[in-house]
Amino acid sequence: MSAPVKENPVNKYLRMERMPSIWCPGCGIGTTVNCFARALDESKIPLDNLAVVSGIGCTGRVAGYLNVDSFHTTHGRAIPFATGLQLARPDLKVVVYSGDGDLSAIGGNHFIHAARRNADLLVVMVNNFTYGMTGGQVTPTTFRPAIASTTPYGAFEQTFNMPMLADSCGAVYVARWTAYHVKQLAKSMAEAINKRGFRFIEIAAPCPTLYLRRNKLGEGLDEMKFYKEKSVIRNGVDTREVALDYRKEITVGKFVDRERATLEDAMDQRYKEALGAKYVPYVSPGAAKSQA
Amino acid sequence: MSNANSSGTLTGSHYLDGDHACSEGAIAAGCRFAAGYPITPSTEVVERLAQRFPFVGGRFLQFEDELAASIALLGGAWGGAKACTVTSGPGFSLMMEHIGLAAITETPCVFFNVQRAGPSTGLPTQPAQGDMMQARFGSHGDYRLIALCPNSPQECFDLTVDAFNMAEEFRVPVLVMLDEVVGHMTEKVVIPEDAEIKVTERRWTKKPPGEFKLFAPAEGSLVPEMVKPGDGYRIHVTGLTHDERGYPKMTVPEHEKMQMRLWNKIVLNADKIVKYEAKDLDDAEVVVVSYGITSRIAERAIQQARAQGVKVGSFRLITAWPFPEKEILQLSKKVKAFVVPELNLGQMVLEVQRIVEGRTKVVPVPHVGGTVHDPQVITNAIVGAVR
Repeated sequence: MSAPVKENPVNKYLRMERMPSIWCPGCGIGTTVNCFARALDESKIPLDNLAVVSGIGCTGRVAGYLNVDSFHTTHGRAIPFATGLQLARPDLKVVVYSGDGDLSAIGGNHFIHAARRNADLLVVMVNNFTYGMTGGQVTPTTFRPAIASTTPYGAFEQTFNMPMLADSCGAVYVARWTAYHVKQLAKSMAEAINKRGFRFIEIAAPCPTLYLRRNKLGEGLDEMKFYKEKSVIRNGVDTREVALDYRKEITVGKFVDRERATLEDAMDQRYKEALGAKYVPYVSPGAAKSQA
Repeated sequence: MSNANSSGTLTGSHYLDGDHACSEGAIAAGCRFAAGYPITPSTEVVERLAQRFPFVGGRFLQFEDELAASIALLGGAWGGAKACTVTSGPGFSLMMEHIGLAAITETPCVFFNVQRAGPSTGLPTQPAQGDMMQARFGSHGDYRLIALCPNSPQECFDLTVDAFNMAEEFRVPVLVMLDEVVGHMTEKVVIPEDAEIKVTERRWTKKPPGEFKLFAPAEGSLVPEMVKPGDGYRIHVTGLTHDERGYPKMTVPEHEKMQMRLWNKIVLNADKIVKYEAKDLDDAEVVVVSYGITSRIAERAIQQARAQGVKVGSFRLITAWPFPEKEILQLSKKVKAFVVPELNLGQMVLEVQRIVEGRTKVVPVPHVGGTVHDPQVITNAIVGAVR
């Protein structure tokens, strides 16, 4: 008989003194955080060298629950904060963890530019297809004709295909999973953490309180069953073919995995070529520990 | 620029405009991280940083907009760098949310605003001093910060060094409020040897993880010490109301505790922060209160009024915020009038009126901006104030 497990192995990655979380029963965000903790375990990266940055919203609270250096910034601006932090501290691994409203609407401009310049960030986007924190409003990922509080007669705008957006702007790693795919998601996160450049993982996740209830789609568990039934793994597929639609098939998998000079590498390379020996490279303040 | 010393400071005498003097002040103060977005008439500051930083180990990136630049700045500052961003009117409006984030998270950082005439796009290449109240109140909610008003390229250099130092001393955003004329005027700027430039380093804690709280004031101070990510402290920084560990705590008592310390660390240290330049106040019956380029115009008006026999002195604001309340209150008890010329329709004059409380006459000399005052208009106001 094996020894009894005394503590959940993910606990050491969480600020347990802050539990319980604010998330509703059946919400998918906590599931993704569990996968992230397992990815940290698997990737073996030193936790002191990891910083997590969130924006605002339900997923924006992730940074505050992770037991790492963490920053809860302003709505939509997690990516530029993280870009600044990463440029100032190239010795850190910087992860942005936020929601679909935060990253694809108010933060959309920063998303495309960070991908274009290949900022060295892993961006995890939990897509619950609504603004949860403010009561279930329409987002750029809400399907037609789903009901949201600000589209009471059904959504009518075309949605973003976020993997295609990231791919077309030059992201070096693009994957999509659902909250049902816990093993694949944890593996994908571990793989992406150890890569350099702009990496993007989208996770479809249930919001039972607002999105599911308002659209009469059942509970969180029903949505997990839906993800199980409707998901098709298509690794390497052209991202133009992975757009999601209301209650239709969900294409998941790793779509993009390539190499390209990061923002920092490109910057250093240009200065070296232009200035030669006169170039004085930036020295990370991380080289000296805070304690004098 | 080849005569920069090994630390990057451009020691020597130079012929520089105010914008470029700000860039050199930043380098001399140890700034090695800047984020920007082009906007007239401030762009020369980041252009010079972009040119100079690769020679001094600094990192500059032009971002996609001012929202990004003003929070990338905070990312850089939390990373452990001394950091700044630079803007003007419309960009300053966009940066307001992150001035608030810098205030609540107590992030040491410097914002330059080279003021142009507004509102909106206004007069992009012409001067104004119309953002003075925005500097004080622009981000939502109650907070305090420090704002400085240089009136020459030399002072752009000197006050930029002060701005970085005060940002570290008080863990607060510091605004350097130029106007277009000061930004673009070219004058002699003397940059001292490094040994003569006082630079305040970040106050890293000596406490170990577990004992240190990122938002608990250091002993005998109202300002907390800092640590960097990567040092094993597992810090949390949030724009929500937070406790001393930095954890969100949204209760009224916690909000009051946090808010009052943020407020008091500036208000109760005002004597250490406030800077002004007083001239000819001993016998003055009239005091001209001015700042930035308007103080240079007022000098001529004061000469003209003195020639006409009016006993007039000058009180030049170097810190606009915190406002020199105590000094203006004392003066109000002995002078007959204050004359307040500024390139706006009445902003800092409201502070003078508030403090004077009707005891002394206060004469505003407003100007819509786009150019500077005709000195004669200020002279007439001085003479008219006592006749």
